[in-house]
Amino acid sequence: MSAPYEETTEGKVYTVSGNDWTELVATLSGQQDEQLVVNMGPQHPSTHGVLRLILNLDGETVTEARTAIGYLHTGIEKTCEYRTWTQGTTLVTRMDYLSPIFNETAYCMAVEKLLGITEQIPERAQAIRVMMMELTRISSHMVAIGTFGMELGATTPFLFGTRERELVLDVMEYITGLRMNFAYVRPGGVSVDLPAGAVDKVGELLKEMPKRIKDMRKLLDANPVYLARTKDVAYLDLTGCMALGITGPMLRAAGLPWDLRKSQPYCGYETYDFEVATQKTADVYGRYLVRMTEMEESLKIVEQALDRLAGPLKGQRVMVDDKKIGWPAQLALGPDGYGNSPDHIAHIMGGSMEALIHHFKLVTEGFRVPAGQAYASVEGPRGELGAHVVSDGGTKPYRVHFRDPSFTNLQAVPATCEGGMVADVISAVASIDPVMGGVDR
Amino acid sequence: MSTDNLPGVPEEPIARLGMFGAQDSGDTSGYGGLVVRRAPRLSTPRPYGGYFDTVADELERALGGDLADAVERVVVDRGELTFHVKRERLLEVLRHLRDDPALRFELSLGVSGVHYPHLEGEELHAVYHLCSITHNRRLRVEVSCPDTDRHIPSSVSIYPTHDWHERETWDFFGIIFDGHPALTRIMMPDDWDGHPQRKDYPLGGIPVDYRGAEIPPPDQRRSYK
Repeated sequence: MSAPYEETTEGKVYTVSGNDWTELVATLSGQQDEQLVVNMGPQHPSTHGVLRLILNLDGETVTEARTAIGYLHTGIEKTCEYRTWTQGTTLVTRMDYLSPIFNETAYCMAVEKLLGITEQIPERAQAIRVMMMELTRISSHMVAIGTFGMELGATTPFLFGTRERELVLDVMEYITGLRMNFAYVRPGGVSVDLPAGAVDKVGELLKEMPKRIKDMRKLLDANPVYLARTKDVAYLDLTGCMALGITGPMLRAAGLPWDLRKSQPYCGYETYDFEVATQKTADVYGRYLVRMTEMEESLKIVEQALDRLAGPLKGQRVMVDDKKIGWPAQLALGPDGYGNSPDHIAHIMGGSMEALIHHFKLVTEGFRVPAGQAYASVEGPRGELGAHVVSDGGTKPYRVHFRDPSFTNLQAVPATCEGGMVADVISAVASIDPVMGGVDR
Repeated sequence: MSTDNLPGVPEEPIARLGMFGAQDSGDTSGYGGLVVRRAPRLSTPRPYGGYFDTVADELERALGGDLADAVERVVVDRGELTFHVKRERLLEVLRHLRDDPALRFELSLGVSGVHYPHLEGEELHAVYHLCSITHNRRLRVEVSCPDTDRHIPSSVSIYPTHDWHERETWDFFGIIFDGHPALTRIMMPDDWDGHPQRKDYPLGGIPVDYRGAEIPPPDQRRSYK
């Protein structure tokens, strides 16, 4: 039996689809000198979504690794140009689907910069943003570490990771009404204040999560199999990171404590007490440790934000005072999630014609943003997430571009994989933690 | 009557009339006569404030000549510094920005394209966001090229991270980055026609019949502008 093949100008191309490895091996025996080009993905469970890797193999060694992306391109940046500034949050939240709040915050910060209202965002809105971002960071890192375990063949970290993420998602659902794609952060603040009981919910999470993180650490920190698969694998030093524009845990695992929350604070991060996690090993294990420490630091930030929200910031507004910008976002928690508040509907439909006109104009037409361009960035779970937003003075963005960290960091695949073993490609890609929704946008 | 305290009459070209973008029939909104003019082109005189002056001074020193020879315009807007660099001097400017100890913009956050069809002779812009970790500063470098000659030198040799970013900008805007190691499409399929993020590229969609009326595709509908 021989595996089916085609003669091409590049040589013989074998098509294997699983279950026929014995045939392939039989056919290829005696041809060890030939280099083997393996196409991995885009539909492969360990390529983090629809990532395609083209690997040149010499035995078990990768001589060349190339990345092909674009399989999840959805044209969000283009679509933004046909929707109002506020509707933009609904679109950008879907880019990097593991860190929706970060996308929204970066976008809204850029819009606020264009509007010139950065200083007017209420403190309570900023504290809510910080709390939501840090919760999202925990859930994102949990998925990163969990899927990483599964890709190496260990299912328990994945079960732990998704279970812990569920805890965060429950809180997010309680606060925003949705589990993903929140569109919660809006230009000017956030769409709705924390519902009654949210502080307790987050408090419970804060009590539970440290134990869960400890469990994960017990499972992986000193696990000999895990160490063998991660230590000294996919080494990328600081010079490499700088040249390739790599930010986030990968950069911090190379020893540079560069974190926008500390170095160029936004949303009031300068008032929170936390440490920037670093490692000096510049390998996969270092990136794992950085992520673990970051989750622990995130919990500290959430705790501080929660204290403020329950204490000094209680009862403050969550949207700018400017009625021309802040949406009449009087929403209420209904049986099926968030919806219009009955009081607000009674007011605009039965009470005030002017309120109805204002509501209608602001929701259908939207507000105008003075012409110009702005760049705003936040420290996402994967690195610097930047939004370059251009306005021509209209009710819709002229151009929205996202500098997604996954997109840039994926360029490190050849640098980290070439010369290594083919099995380490999986570790390398997983330690980059690319989210294809963000890469392809 | 003195006219000193009256605002100047805007001389910028007209961007659009009316409010809904209605061209096929009368505009019944009452805003049919509304004239919206283009935003003026900004050019900020010195001093720029903050560290912006230092960056400009140091770049001028590093270039060894007048800053205006390489930088067409300097814009300080919304707390951000932008250098509009001549495209033939782009690589030189970027190299100094990266290597000069007083500048040290080691980290580039990539390339973003913008298409301004109304700016004749500089329709396509490539925007580079640079960050200096050493000095904790940010800077935006902007280069333009005419639509008839869509070439900008590739900066991959200076910032290797621009590899994919320039491919993306080529894919979406059709800017050819001369000297790029492999300028191929990255998001769209290899055989795709056109460059989708350009303003002259339609959003797509088909007209839909609804109860006897025809609803045009999204980018041809009447909507607030």
